[in-house]
Amino acid sequence: MLEQLFQFLVTGITVGSLYALVGLGFALIYNASDVVNFAQGEFVMLGAMTAISLVAAGFPLPLAAVVAILITIGVGLALERFAIEPSLGASVVTTIIITIGAAIVLRGVALLIWGKDFHALPAFSGDTPIHLGGATLLPQSLWVMGAAVLLVGLVRAFLNRTLLGKALLACSFNRAAAQLVGINVRVMLRLAYGLSAGLGAIAGILIAPITFSSYEAGIMLGLKGFCAAIIGGFGNPMGAVAGGLLLGVLEALGAGLISSGYKDAIVFVFVLMVLFFEPTGLFGHKSADRV
Amino acid sequence: MNARLRNTLLTLCLLAGLNLAHAADPIKIGSFLTVTGPASFLGDPELRTLQMVVEEINAKGGVLDRPIQLIHYDTGGNARDALNYVKRLIRSDKVDIIVGGTTSGDTLAVIPEVEKEGMPLISLAGAIEIIDPVKKWVFKVAHTDRMAAAKIYEDLNQRGLSKVALITGDGGFDKSGREQLRQLAPEYGIQIVADESYGNKDTDMTTQLTKIRASDAQALINFGFGQAPAIVTRNVKQLGIDLPLYQSHGVASKTFIDLAGPAAEGVRLPAAALVVAEELSDADPQKPVLLAYKNQYEAKHGPVSTFGGHAYDGIMIALAAIERAGGTDKAKVRDEIEKTQGFIGASGVFAMSPEDHMGLTLDAFKMVEVRDGAWTLVENAE
Repeated sequence: MLEQLFQFLVTGITVGSLYALVGLGFALIYNASDVVNFAQGEFVMLGAMTAISLVAAGFPLPLAAVVAILITIGVGLALERFAIEPSLGASVVTTIIITIGAAIVLRGVALLIWGKDFHALPAFSGDTPIHLGGATLLPQSLWVMGAAVLLVGLVRAFLNRTLLGKALLACSFNRAAAQLVGINVRVMLRLAYGLSAGLGAIAGILIAPITFSSYEAGIMLGLKGFCAAIIGGFGNPMGAVAGGLLLGVLEALGAGLISSGYKDAIVFVFVLMVLFFEPTGLFGHKSADRV
Repeated sequence: MNARLRNTLLTLCLLAGLNLAHAADPIKIGSFLTVTGPASFLGDPELRTLQMVVEEINAKGGVLDRPIQLIHYDTGGNARDALNYVKRLIRSDKVDIIVGGTTSGDTLAVIPEVEKEGMPLISLAGAIEIIDPVKKWVFKVAHTDRMAAAKIYEDLNQRGLSKVALITGDGGFDKSGREQLRQLAPEYGIQIVADESYGNKDTDMTTQLTKIRASDAQALINFGFGQAPAIVTRNVKQLGIDLPLYQSHGVASKTFIDLAGPAAEGVRLPAAALVVAEELSDADPQKPVLLAYKNQYEAKHGPVSTFGGHAYDGIMIALAAIERAGGTDKAKVRDEIEKTQGFIGASGVFAMSPEDHMGLTLDAFKMVEVRDGAWTLVENAE
C-alpha cells in the first residue's frame, strides 16, 4: 500500500510539473497586462508540433528544439503586434476574447499544416524507467521537473531582480503611471507575449515525448494550466507552479485512493472550493485594490 | 423560318434536352460523417473513401448508366447536427440512400427519422444497438464492440487466462466497449478483477495501472482510441507490468505503433483484415479486395485506415443493391440490401438477412500482435 501511495505521489508530481510549466506562461502575461491569454495552450502545442516536424525532417533534437522555440516566440510576437496591440485601449474582457479567437485560429492553422494525427517526439534520454523505491518514473519526467524548477527560478529572478522585469511588473500595477515614468508599455507587452510563447514552447517540447501532441493538444493543457494558475493565484508565477503541482498530486491521489472515474470531479470541486474561500488563489495577493 | 416552325423546333430541342437530362439523372447518395472534431480520424478517411469510390465509378460510367452524386455534410460529432443534416438530405436534397453516421451517437440520433421517412441507411458506426433490435431501414457495416470483446475473450481462453483487469476511457466508444466486456465475461468464464477508467485527454495513467498491478489480474484489456491507449501502453511498460496487454480495434492503425514505440511490442488486438492485408494467405477471398482498396487509397491519401474500409463497404453494398433493384425505389433497394450475400468487403464477407442487418461474423476480426513495430497475424506467428 505504501509502495502504491509512493507511485501515486511520483505520478502526481510528474503530471503536476507539466501543469506548472503551462501555468507559468499564463501568470506572466497576466502580470504584464491583466489579460488571461487563452492562446497559451496553443503556444505549447505549436512548440511541440514544430519540434516534432523538424526532428522528422532530420534536424538533431537540440537544434529542432531551439528553432521551434524561436518560431513560437515569433508567433507570440505576431499575435501581440497584430491582434493585441491594435486594441490596446480596449477592456480586459475584449482582449481576453481576442486571445480566444487567436487560439481558434492557431488551432485551425495547425490542423491544416499537421493534420489530425497525434505525433510523438523521441524522449531526450531514453525510455528506460528509473526505479525509486517501489515507484517508477520516466527519465523524461525528470527533464520536465528540472526544467520547471529552472524556468520558475529564472522567471522569478527576471521579475524581481532585473530592471526590465520590474518594468514589466510596473505595467501590470498601473499602466498609465508606468508610461509616465518612461516605460514603453508596448515594448513590455511584446516582451510578455514573446516570453510566454517561449515558455509555452519549452513546455510543449519537454512534455511531447510523454503526452504526444496533436493540433488540439493545447486545449486540455491550456485548461489545466489555467486551473493551476487559478489555484495558485493569478499573477503569481510561484503560485501557478505550486497550483500545478497540487493539481497533479490531487488528481493522482483522487484516482488512486478514491476512484479513477471521479478524478476530474475531485479536481474541479477543489478549484471551486478555492474560488469560494480564497478568490485570489492560495498564494495570490490578498487585496487586489490598486491605488 | 416562320414563328410556328421555330417554336416547334425549340420545343423539340427542349424535349430532347429534358430527355437527355432524364437519362443522366444522377443517383444521389447522401452522407453525414464526422470529418472534424474528436472523431475526425474516423470520419476523414471515410469521406475520402466515399469520394474516391464515387469518382472511380463515375469514370467507369456510373451505375445503371446513371452518374453518382455524393451529397455530404459534416456533423462535427454533434448528434443534433446529424439529425438536422439527415432531415435536409431527405427533404431538400431528396437523396436515394444514406451512407453514414461515423459515430454511434450520430447514427442512433437519426434512426427514428429514417425509419419514419422510409430511407435506407447504411451506418458506419460500431454500437450493436444500431441493429439490435433489427430496424427495417437501418443497416450497418462496421464490426460491433461486442465482436471485439468476444474476440479478445476467445484469445484469452486459448491462452488459458481467466482473470482480467479492464482499463477504459470516458468516451462513448470506451464505455460501450467496457459494457460489452462486462456482459460477455461470464459466457467465456472470465473474471474481471479490476475495472479502472481514465479521461481520454489524460496524460498519465500510471495511477490506475498501479492499482491494477496490485490486483491478481493475468491480463490487461484497454478499450479506447486516440492517444490514450498509447499512453496506457507506455505506462504499462514503465511500471514493469509483465502481463499480456490487449487493445481494441479502435487503435488498429500505424499511428498507435508510432506513438507507443517499443512499448507496443507484444500488444494484441482484434482488427479488421485490412490491417494485415499483405499477410493474409492467397486463398483468402478478401485479399485481392483489400489490396486493391489499400493501394488505391494510399496512392492518393497516405496510410489506409480500417475506418475508411467501412465507408468502402457501405457505399459498395448500397450501389450493388441499387443495381440489383434496377433503380432507386427505396423499398426495393432496402429489400436488396437485406439480401446482400457473399459481398466481399474490407471488413469481411457480408451475409445479411432479415434478422441480421450487419452480416458479419467473428471471423471478420483477426487477432493481430505487434512484432518488430508492425502488425502480425497471431495465427501466422504461432
